[in-house]
Amino acid sequence: MNDILEKTDKKVKVYKNLVIKFSGDSGDGMQLCGNFFGSAAAAEGYIITTFPDYPAEIRPPQNTIDGVSGFQVNFGAQKFLTFGEKVDILFCLNPASLKVNLKWLHTESLLIVDEDSFTKSMCDKCGFTTNPLEDDSLNNYYVIKLPITTYLKKLSEIYKFEQKSVLRSKNIFILGIALKLTNLKKNYVEGLITKKFKENIHQLNKVVLDEGYNYLEKNGIDLKYEIRIEKPKLSRGKYININGNTAIAYGLVAAAEKANLTLYCGSYPITPATEILAELSALRYLGVKTLQAEDEIAGICSAIGASFAGALGVTSTSGPGFSLKSEALGLAVMVELPLVVVNVQRGGPSTGLPTKSEQTDLLQALFGRNGEAPLVVMAAESPADCFYSAYMAAKITLEHMTPVVLLSDGSLAQGSELFKIPNFNDLPPIKLKLADPNKKYNPYERDPETLSRFWAIPGTSDLRHRIGGLEKSDITGIVSTDPINHEKMVRLREEKVKRIANYIPLQDVYGENNGDLLVVSWGSTKNVIRNVVHELLEKGKKIGHAHFKYIMPLPKNTSEIFKKFKKIVVCEMNTGQFVFYLRGILPEFKYYQINKIQHVPFTREELINNFIKIMEE
Amino acid sequence: MTRIINSIEKSEVELTKKDFKSNLPVKWCPGCGGYAVLSAVENVFPKIGYRKENFVLVSGIGCSSRFPYYVNTYGFHGIHGRATAIATGIKLANPRLSVWVITGDGDALAIGGNHFIHIIRKNVDVNILLFNNRIYGLTKGQFSPTSPTGLITKTSPYGVLEHPFNVGELVLGAQGTFFARVPDNDVKLMTEVLFEAAKHDGTSVVEILTNCVIYNNNIHAPITSKENRDENSVTLRPGQPIIFGKNKDKGIMLKGTELEVVKIGENGIKEEDLLIHDPYQKDPGIHMMLAKMWYPKFPVAFGVIRSALYPTYDDLVEFNIMMDKANSKIKNLEELMLTNEVFEIGDE
Repeated sequence: MNDILEKTDKKVKVYKNLVIKFSGDSGDGMQLCGNFFGSAAAAEGYIITTFPDYPAEIRPPQNTIDGVSGFQVNFGAQKFLTFGEKVDILFCLNPASLKVNLKWLHTESLLIVDEDSFTKSMCDKCGFTTNPLEDDSLNNYYVIKLPITTYLKKLSEIYKFEQKSVLRSKNIFILGIALKLTNLKKNYVEGLITKKFKENIHQLNKVVLDEGYNYLEKNGIDLKYEIRIEKPKLSRGKYININGNTAIAYGLVAAAEKANLTLYCGSYPITPATEILAELSALRYLGVKTLQAEDEIAGICSAIGASFAGALGVTSTSGPGFSLKSEALGLAVMVELPLVVVNVQRGGPSTGLPTKSEQTDLLQALFGRNGEAPLVVMAAESPADCFYSAYMAAKITLEHMTPVVLLSDGSLAQGSELFKIPNFNDLPPIKLKLADPNKKYNPYERDPETLSRFWAIPGTSDLRHRIGGLEKSDITGIVSTDPINHEKMVRLREEKVKRIANYIPLQDVYGENNGDLLVVSWGSTKNVIRNVVHELLEKGKKIGHAHFKYIMPLPKNTSEIFKKFKKIVVCEMNTGQFVFYLRGILPEFKYYQINKIQHVPFTREELINNFIKIMEE
Repeated sequence: MTRIINSIEKSEVELTKKDFKSNLPVKWCPGCGGYAVLSAVENVFPKIGYRKENFVLVSGIGCSSRFPYYVNTYGFHGIHGRATAIATGIKLANPRLSVWVITGDGDALAIGGNHFIHIIRKNVDVNILLFNNRIYGLTKGQFSPTSPTGLITKTSPYGVLEHPFNVGELVLGAQGTFFARVPDNDVKLMTEVLFEAAKHDGTSVVEILTNCVIYNNNIHAPITSKENRDENSVTLRPGQPIIFGKNKDKGIMLKGTELEVVKIGENGIKEEDLLIHDPYQKDPGIHMMLAKMWYPKFPVAFGVIRSALYPTYDDLVEFNIMMDKANSKIKNLEELMLTNEVFEIGDE
């Protein structure tokens, strides 16, 4: 969504939000450049999202397609900020990065390239048969060719800097250009240079930043238009730029602090979930205990053990690891202990696309266990929401004594957005289901309201008991194969999860509360879809958007909402897993579906065209 | 038996066997080796002296893994092979618990092999009782990773082709700090050894040669039966020369780089020439040789073969958390979040 709101005069282009992407070779420092740019925008009060786009390989060959590294920043005033679908300003430091990224650039939009790098051999290396700066392939873009390498070499002579070092600061040079183009001040970045760089290169980088900042003006390059980006209305507070994995780690720590429990995370490294374990492992000084286990199974089993012993047990993983955890998840269902399992979904099946994002583990989360093994399934909506979703997952698992699966995905894990540091006191309370040592303890006696059993922590006097994976007698918890008891226990476990619907928020609908089309979605697609719904609402369409965070159980009012719309369409990054589930539990409705399995988000056009088609059908 | 000194809280009152008796009927076959272990555990828990609420028994799947139901402690009956992983989580979450894993040769060495070697490598302070009956019992008689080559079972009707694990060799290979072996027909020795296992800081593995009357009857008889025991086994005692035989006239000597069975009095060999057992020595070389001794060439070693002192994983975790907490200026999540790049923005 990159609306040009108005053209007040020929020379000003006003953006509600602007997407800028820095791209080059993986050695060009694009991640740092993008991060600094995002910070500069946030420091001036913009809402930002950032998305890194780097090679899966650790040291890919230089100046090849495989080695292209990019960093995208979307910033502005828009309420539902996505990671940015198409790009408004694209920087390319080599031919390979142009080859990879041109398809994301809006036509007529600004493309800035280092023309020095477009030599024949560099062009050949990434499959350009002719130099794209010299043929007519870029005619539909507003191209500014700059001799960046030559200019930096000149600077090294003027300022007596070592040439090698100056050439290494190409990223800072284009950062200067970018700040000027978007009307951001450069002093914030100067501060970052002082804070993050070694002292001996402070001066060099500040000079290069300044040269970049003034380059266009100094060299008489007059842009066709001036760029202005709208400022948002933000509530005053302290914000940090946070990615989904860090937010999940923080959310879990917050819940453990609130519940006054030790947080225990047993995990095995797996892309793209590893940072959750890494973040938590760094928090020893807050008392967080982590185990990098020998495998995925040991990770979850140790977390179950930790919960049995009175900690908040957590395990984090991605699809293939989630498969390995299935049996132990069934055990957690049976022993009815707290357990949060975070699945940062990636492309599947099997090893699939480890660094790419998909929503293809929903049915596995819901049903991927032997026996009748119901549990709570939730899905995070945005990087910042990962904090609140993780907090709620922990609250539910502790208050209802049932495992909770929290689904995130690769895009949430890597993408960042601005997150307002919450007031700890405002987070909802967490009430533990502790057994009373002064009463006779029956391991499977239940709270009559929630049907959750009570937690008897080893070491407590008079609460000795045995639990395990074998079917238990109702109340006493003694091993039982009695047929009537088994059915009763199956139904109790199911009912316990269903009753959680009484404790989660009602589903909200964005836009119209009744009308022609209800758009249904879950997970990381929220803002992409919401923007399109917003656009159609502004065009007077009777459309609403219900984005589900709670999937098992569904919010109590789901059916009520569905009834109020003529048509329902479910949009997912899979072949139709949520819609399959909805058809099973709410079969009275007819569902349309929009699916995409290309590990890139829906585009505005795809959604708008489909929504209109369905409405007009 | 000496006193156990560690951070696990002791019972204020003297406990007896009765304190650990469960009211559930034991469902093992008559004659099963498990009964002896149950008896030894009931003997040793009061002697160890911890509060009865501080014992936690964890098991996987198999005949042996029903054990937690038969002892009145906190108990967790897990899933196949995973008891050691569950126990790791329990011990790390609360190091003031005395954690015991009850497992078998299939549970620990086949499906749970990975967790078994890694808990040992990490040296988590957990006591593992490994019932080795060299067969799968609960699934009704298939060969296990310790079944002897050639054993005819339901799934090896032409005889097992594989080479079995020697439990001690595996434990020491995984850098184990404690390994002991006992037969199921010597409850007294078993009780002593279990006490030593409890006393040891770190993972202790006690291999119990248990008899499966139904599917592998008398598999250990060449070592443990009355007629064979004296000649085919030897009980190691710390600081004592290794002597065995009906007439106590045979011993183990270290000759060059190998162990050898010698006769005392023959070829001028005296008791002083025999190998003195030192379970506490750090180098596992001789422990490995002792663990690998097997009949008929050697007597099978019983008792504590290795008990070496190394830091435990759970102690390291606790210690580091304590130090980091004490030295950290950041005391909670809110303070942690403020260590990120913070943007103070927005309108009132």
